[in-house]
Amino acid sequence: MPKQTPETLTGAQIVVRLLERQGVRTVAGIPGGAILPIYDALSKSEIHHVLARHEQGGGFMAQGMARATGVPAVCMASSGPGATNLLTAIADAKLDSIPLVAITGQVPKPMIGTDAFQEVDTYGLSIPITKHNFLVGSADDLLTVIPRAFRIAASGRPGPVLVDIPKDVQNQLVDVDEWPAPGCADVVPPPDGELIERAAAMINAAAKPVLYLGGGVVHSGAAEAAVALAQKARLPTVMTLMALGAMPVDHVLSLGMLGMHGARCTNLALDECDLLIAVGARFDDRATGKVAGFCPQAKIIHIDIDPSELDKIKTAHVGIAGDVRTVLELLQPVIESPQRHAWLARVASLKADHPLRMPGIDDPRTPYGLIRAVANCLDDEATITTDVGQHQMWVAQAYPLRRPRQWLTSGGLGTMGFGMPAAIGASLAEPERTVVCFTGDGSILMNIQELVTAAEEDVNVKIVLMNNSSLGLVFQQQTMFYGERIYASKFKGMPDFIRVAEGFGVPAVDLDKASDPLAALAAALATRGPMLIHASIAMHEQVLPMVPPGAANKEMIGG
Amino acid sequence: MNSLTRTENQALARTVLELDVNNHAGVMSHVVGLFSRRAYNVEGILVMPVGSGATSRIWLLVNEDERLDQMVKQVEKLEDVLAVRRHGAEHEVFVRLEEFFV
Ligand SMILES: Cc1ncc(C[n+]2csc(CCOP(=O)(O)OP(=O)(O)O)c2C)c(N)n1
Repeated sequence: MPKQTPETLTGAQIVVRLLERQGVRTVAGIPGGAILPIYDALSKSEIHHVLARHEQGGGFMAQGMARATGVPAVCMASSGPGATNLLTAIADAKLDSIPLVAITGQVPKPMIGTDAFQEVDTYGLSIPITKHNFLVGSADDLLTVIPRAFRIAASGRPGPVLVDIPKDVQNQLVDVDEWPAPGCADVVPPPDGELIERAAAMINAAAKPVLYLGGGVVHSGAAEAAVALAQKARLPTVMTLMALGAMPVDHVLSLGMLGMHGARCTNLALDECDLLIAVGARFDDRATGKVAGFCPQAKIIHIDIDPSELDKIKTAHVGIAGDVRTVLELLQPVIESPQRHAWLARVASLKADHPLRMPGIDDPRTPYGLIRAVANCLDDEATITTDVGQHQMWVAQAYPLRRPRQWLTSGGLGTMGFGMPAAIGASLAEPERTVVCFTGDGSILMNIQELVTAAEEDVNVKIVLMNNSSLGLVFQQQTMFYGERIYASKFKGMPDFIRVAEGFGVPAVDLDKASDPLAALAAALATRGPMLIHASIAMHEQVLPMVPPGAANKEMIGG
Repeated sequence: MNSLTRTENQALARTVLELDVNNHAGVMSHVVGLFSRRAYNVEGILVMPVGSGATSRIWLLVNEDERLDQMVKQVEKLEDVLAVRRHGAEHEVFVRLEEFFV
């Protein structure tokens, strides 16, 4: 790189310049004393800062941007409570492998360890929930740390990186005569060719194979390759919650979501399969049920970019460490294209006998019906986020997801409060899309303050609030597994959500009061800008089928 | 916590792990945290800088159990860990230190 005349800059200015050079256009956060130098530098930048109203909201907005695009996104917070408020969003990113760069202010170096005002050990707190973290010791170090943070966040299995920057480092002046290249993902070593051959031989020899897609397929941009492989080798395909959208759910080979709330036919097909081809999936307990009872007769091929996932839960007969898209593309030419009449017929009969039952699908006053009515108003360009609970599972079951990155949900951590700020982030990253957030009356309150951010940013986010006057998933578990002893899951007080939204500056419609709810819904979804759409649903509605916690998937209840 | 007697303890199969790491204030926390949050006890630990001091070597003495392979893979994933080597219990690094622990 050619030498430029040195510039004398503060650490804060260096941070902002590096973010600009990285191509960051939007960051979300909340300022405070220990990060004010960075905010001062940011005020002179083209970067759009979105002022969240709680750092967790800011973290989830950054997640929404990262999940929608696959590119690392940035959130910021001050020291102490700012940093601790961010932790949940970081932990959530860790469990779902989302590339995030969190920048926190810290008390000045000489005050670290003195219990200074708003001092907290952000570095120590974030070790177990980040892919990597830094406590920056000098302004000079920022020139390596910031690009490295982006590189680590994006490389291999993506994840969150935290950079904690003491205030004196932000103010420190240094001469910069050369700028580092922006951090980008490392090249993944090619997979072992012999393992590819062995995997191909196993696929070719299998009588009853199932392809099992996980979130890694979305992360590596492998959805097309996965569908191509499934089509060529005629592989019935299941998806984890995180992979929904990788294969269009109405594809003939799709068996939809597996696991705790998967269709009975899906879990039964897995129970019978003789080969499981796991791609970018980590055998999560919500997907596998009791592990010993998961695909009990199957040989396993496991393909993952993270070698520590191989053999972690299930020992694979062939474990391939590598970028899943590369591996799938290498497999494509060496697999055969058998007819597979018997197995496909068997799967078809399982589907016919044990389909996903969605009672009320034609009635917009039921959960499934409301979700389907929303889908009927939109095309595949819409992005769907959810909060956590029954509504999340109903949407996972009933929404016709057909596009990778169409579906943004908190899978691993299952964090209530994710949905609305993530939707705001997704909309900021891709303003041309309609973003719909399905939420519950419990979850929405966990980050309700971000309604004002949605109004301020005028994002095209539609919040569909499925109000069952309860923490529905808890209510369901108490009903099913705790002798109907309903405790602490029924709300006694209920906010007037219409007025709450309007109070925050977000228009709202109440489908309960609409004489033609379908028309009211269509009109609301077609109006640009943020909107809250409220719909009551019955408290007793359950997500079925359901695998009882700890049971094998084939022991599912209902459906 | 550990109710094993010293002799019982020594009868367990042991592994010695040798890690090359970047030498900075957080690296020990990263390594040890992986073990502690899985309730996997580290029986012995020894660290010294090597060469110019840019890197250090960490020696860990751990009991073998079925989680060890996963532990090693997790350690290998840490950014600041440059290399991991596994040795049997016969490795003398901790044996030679025993005189300091009588
Ligand atoms: C932050 C957080 N706290 C607690 C839980 C446990 N939890 C899971 S689902 C649920 C109820 C969610 O209620 P609501 O958002 O109204 O959705 P519903 O199940 O009624 O559709 C709770 C409390 C959680 N997942 N996240």
